[in-house]
Amino acid sequence: MSAAWATVIAVGVGTVALKAVGPVGVADRQLPPRLASLLAMVGPAILAALVVSEAFAHGRALVVDARLAGVGAGALAVLARAPLWVVVVAGALATAGVRLLR
Amino acid sequence: MRKGLRVGAPLVPAVLALGASFGVLARASHFGATAAIVMSATTFAGSSQVAAASVLGAGGGIVAAVVAALLLNTRYAPIGITVAHAFRGRRARRLAEAQLVVDESWALAGGGTARFDRHVMLGVGAGLWFAWVGGTAVGALLGGVVSDPSAFGLDGAFAALFLALLVTQLGSRRAVAAAAGGATIAAVLTPLTPPGVPIIAATAAVVAGWRRA
Repeated sequence: MSAAWATVIAVGVGTVALKAVGPVGVADRQLPPRLASLLAMVGPAILAALVVSEAFAHGRALVVDARLAGVGAGALAVLARAPLWVVVVAGALATAGVRLLR
Repeated sequence: MRKGLRVGAPLVPAVLALGASFGVLARASHFGATAAIVMSATTFAGSSQVAAASVLGAGGGIVAAVVAALLLNTRYAPIGITVAHAFRGRRARRLAEAQLVVDESWALAGGGTARFDRHVMLGVGAGLWFAWVGGTAVGALLGGVVSDPSAFGLDGAFAALFLALLVTQLGSRRAVAAAAGGATIAAVLTPLTPPGVPIIAATAAVVAGWRRA
């Protein structure tokens, strides 16, 4: 078996299992209220971390590049209460525009 | 489900393009076209696939590639737990539906909030699955046509998307504290740990502003 296929199978099996932890493993079990209250904060914490990693991470380095313009344009669109697709398009155009200019 | 397809539609072109870029990268990293397409269909988690292909392409071993990819996907354990109560039916059905949970489908369906809608998640997830697998096929088979997806600003677009989704979840002071903590942890750990770890560690920020009830 090639290295590529071994990787495809191992990552595939592992990811299917990780995605099943909640919907299959926890399922309908009632969580203790304190745990549920903590889990409610997972969304903001992970989304904020995703913003940082998508906007500034480059491998293991933190860099400021054209993506910052995309986040800025997206933030303006959010402030203007624009629909989500406008936010995404504004982010792409601003990022691509700054890259073209540099 | 139809609502989910509509909600997810704006992301389809971006995901198609990212899928194509993964296909190109995978071919350059000595994946056959079939292996690249099978990986997109079964793993369906973009950043982890890119990480695995880059590690193999850079000469890293299988173990390094698999560990890097699975570290990136460890976040799907806490993410899945936040929406576990919304799934219905037998285990096989739950297992299948759980595979459509990706960052975008989870967040667009109100993941982490009381108004999470499983049907929207399934619609967004299904639409993005076809775009991701289709894009991968195009990239893997026609390799070289899409040379550099970053030229289209797609990376910046995803950062803006996650920002917009984050704003919808900042309804309480505790949520703002958790977000600030998560962002700080991610920024501090990025230079210190392998990719994927900062995002998992960011979940520790859920204790921000937490008080004994």
